[in-house]
Amino acid sequence: MPFVPHTPDDLKTMLDVIGVRTMEDLFADIPAAMRPKSFDLPEGVSEMEVCSHLESLAAKNRTDLVSFLGAGFYDHHIPKAIEGLISRGEFYTAYTPYQPESSQGTLQAIFEFQTAVCRLTDMDASNASVYDGGSAIFEAMMMAVRATKRSKLVICEAVSPIYRTMLASYTSNLNLAFVTVPHVDGMTDIEALKSAIDEDCAAVVVQNPNFFGNMSDFTDLFAHAHAKKALGIVSVYPVMQSVLKTPGEMGADIAVAEGQSLGQPLSFGGPYLGMMACTEKLIRQMPGRIVGRTEDVDGKEGYVLTLQAREQHIRRAKATSNICSNQALCALRALMHLCLLGPEGLIRTAELSMERAHYLADRLTAIPGVSLLNDAPFGNEVAVRLPISAFEAVDKLVERGYVAGFPLGRYYKDMDNVLLMACTEKHTFEQVGILAEMLGGIL
Amino acid sequence: MKTVFAQSVPGRSACLPPMPEERAESFIPKNLLRARKPALPEMSELDVVRHFSRLSRLNYGVDSNFYPLGSCTMKYNPKFTEHVAALPGFASLHPLLPQIKSAGLYTQGALEVMYEAERLLCEITGMHAFTLHPMAGAHGELTGAMLIAAYHKDKGNKKTKVICPDSAHGTNPASAALAGYEVVNIDSKDGMLDPAALEAVLDDEVAALMMTCPNTLGLFEKHLPQIVEKLRKVDALLYYDGANLNAIMGKMRVGDVGFDVVHLNLHKTFATPHGGGGPGAGPVGVSERLEPYLPISRVDKLRDGRFYLNYDYPKSIGFMAPFYGNFGVVLKAYAYILRLGGEGLRRVSEYAVLNANYLRKRLEEHMHIPYNRICMHEFVASACDQQAACGVRALDIAKALLDKGYHAPTIYFPLIVKECMMYEPTETESKETLDAFVDDLIEILETAKRDPVELQQAPVKTPVRRLDETKAARAMILIDPA
Repeated sequence: MPFVPHTPDDLKTMLDVIGVRTMEDLFADIPAAMRPKSFDLPEGVSEMEVCSHLESLAAKNRTDLVSFLGAGFYDHHIPKAIEGLISRGEFYTAYTPYQPESSQGTLQAIFEFQTAVCRLTDMDASNASVYDGGSAIFEAMMMAVRATKRSKLVICEAVSPIYRTMLASYTSNLNLAFVTVPHVDGMTDIEALKSAIDEDCAAVVVQNPNFFGNMSDFTDLFAHAHAKKALGIVSVYPVMQSVLKTPGEMGADIAVAEGQSLGQPLSFGGPYLGMMACTEKLIRQMPGRIVGRTEDVDGKEGYVLTLQAREQHIRRAKATSNICSNQALCALRALMHLCLLGPEGLIRTAELSMERAHYLADRLTAIPGVSLLNDAPFGNEVAVRLPISAFEAVDKLVERGYVAGFPLGRYYKDMDNVLLMACTEKHTFEQVGILAEMLGGIL
Repeated sequence: MKTVFAQSVPGRSACLPPMPEERAESFIPKNLLRARKPALPEMSELDVVRHFSRLSRLNYGVDSNFYPLGSCTMKYNPKFTEHVAALPGFASLHPLLPQIKSAGLYTQGALEVMYEAERLLCEITGMHAFTLHPMAGAHGELTGAMLIAAYHKDKGNKKTKVICPDSAHGTNPASAALAGYEVVNIDSKDGMLDPAALEAVLDDEVAALMMTCPNTLGLFEKHLPQIVEKLRKVDALLYYDGANLNAIMGKMRVGDVGFDVVHLNLHKTFATPHGGGGPGAGPVGVSERLEPYLPISRVDKLRDGRFYLNYDYPKSIGFMAPFYGNFGVVLKAYAYILRLGGEGLRRVSEYAVLNANYLRKRLEEHMHIPYNRICMHEFVASACDQQAACGVRALDIAKALLDKGYHAPTIYFPLIVKECMMYEPTETESKETLDAFVDDLIEILETAKRDPVELQQAPVKTPVRRLDETKAARAMILIDPA
């Protein structure tokens, strides 16, 4: 019996101790009328068979494509040391650290993760992570709503549409109003965002680099929000954050990020992790688990889950969030990733990715009829306007093993000809060149 | 232990990429760049490996220690599923690939996993349809509460309240509140949901009742049929918190007995590792009348056998996840279900219940068991006798268990039993492990009589001893000042 160790003798002895005759006696509480109408599942198979079945399913997915897809989710190199470390059973098969004395490994790792997030973003405090980058924005908005007791949110259209669709769903039963401020050719319209902030506004939400790959300085915007007693929330990309002006330097109140680019495989959309950091005065509004340093009865340093009065298991219906656990193992991966790369490694990762994206932009703009969506600064991702439909271009090249990028028409009207293209340090200049030539050939 | 920041030495590195030909300043104007390098750890690869290896040894996991943590189903996590999730055909797949018109062709294997996993979960629970999007149990509850809200809104029902029993997990009321509902608590009677108490608060404005069955005391809710009937009268829905599904697989299907919504915890029932608190997965199943509201996208099958992502569900509550849920976790659960098959899953519940009852019987002479009858997969004992006799509390017993090399059971939950300790041994533990555990627990209880102070001092063998939580909350050292 897979994963059940009992022998027939064990079963008999145990039933005797319990004082029942058969296994079925243990389920006497469930009346006949409530028994399954069917339970028609396949028969169990050996480990060998299940592995080979799943290997054949995995083989039905193409992994040999040269892909320039990004849109917030990037294929960066993952240091090989992570795999061995992350699979240590003491981390992998542990529960939420409710018993701190026997969970110091998880607790110290979360504390170090919180510290790393704060140092990357220049913020004061962080939590143990939430589900993903989208739920992190939602939780940040809710923090702002509670802190300001206001219900209007001003959000830039250049914030990832993948996340904005989530936010619309999450808030459908809450009395919140959204004002979406249009982008201008892919650029964040700071003046329009400023004008949208009024006395009812809880927070302004922006992204850096934005969905189109362009970066801005939001210092003025956040100062303007503060003047109106609203908060500033910025969603960032951790790899690029190693070189970009930080949320802290810009005066943001809450910084959030999708942490996938820090050591997580793409894994078809999850598990990922949402990172959150905030200023000191918002700590008590933070959702989820937070670890703090303290001492034990002998004065020895140790770590515990702290400020738990915010949480659902204490506060129930009045909790700051319904989140219970987080993405601890993903956060641990992210921490290991940051330790193995170090500051210089993370910066080089950003720069190598940028080098390739800028080479790509140069090669593409040399093709007649192809232009960049705007001339604002960009990092490792760029929006390119084609003379034909971007969907059509992608379709033609996919057949030749290249995924040219993400057609923006999927989320933005009047952008059917625009392609969003991302590079990481894993792309070679040769691949970029081939893509440019292929694209030139079909236009 | 020194943190990575305290160990950092400027100039050290582990996995440094090659030097770029151009630095950031060449691409980005100075006013958009950060003033200083981020102060992240600078370590050699061996430093990093050693640090995390040492950290791991300060932890109890199921791989190293018995973990009878009630409500959490800390069963053994089979290793073959890790191999499956790491296959490049799954792990390296970009989630946007199937959203490019023709590239759905290139992710057929992944789409098939999702489609088949949904079908298996439907059959296990007797539900009509499933979404795999929720990324944790609590996230599943939120999704379920939103489905309930969508149903009532669509029917034009004026609903304002969700009922939660006092034995519910804290996430239930918190999730209902996020879906815009006021939460009404009702008291249990004899460890069960009390139909009379339900009747007293039930009116036309009740949207749903959230239940855990077996409940957090490990008891089967005997009044279920009556409860279903009462709710139907006011068009209120019944929500099933799947935390305790490990007790009833193949014995009862929630869809057959009148539940409209269920969330499962794949990291509990279907053996995916907890990872120190995530990632998990909380798929949600619904009855036929709620299907139109399920989140999008949904994986559907064409007549030619191909799978595709379908967004064309006009009544959908929309997007709960950026893509398709925690795919890597779903994959492991799918592999586990295939490995066990129907018979294997039924056996899981049988042996989980057998182990819990065996533990209960062996403990009953030594600890007070408030509802001492046949339980399901877990049961609750109380240290109230020990507290009265010698001032030893559930907390002290839990800490003494850590010294003996066990993870402690869940303590002080559910809130309705004083000094409670909730034991869930799971099916993967052997009789020898249970016997050794009981013997050690009995020894602890003997010590309590002889020398209560010794227990109040526990633990003494763990990496740290009892920690000052008050100080942690007051000092608020949440990041390393190093």
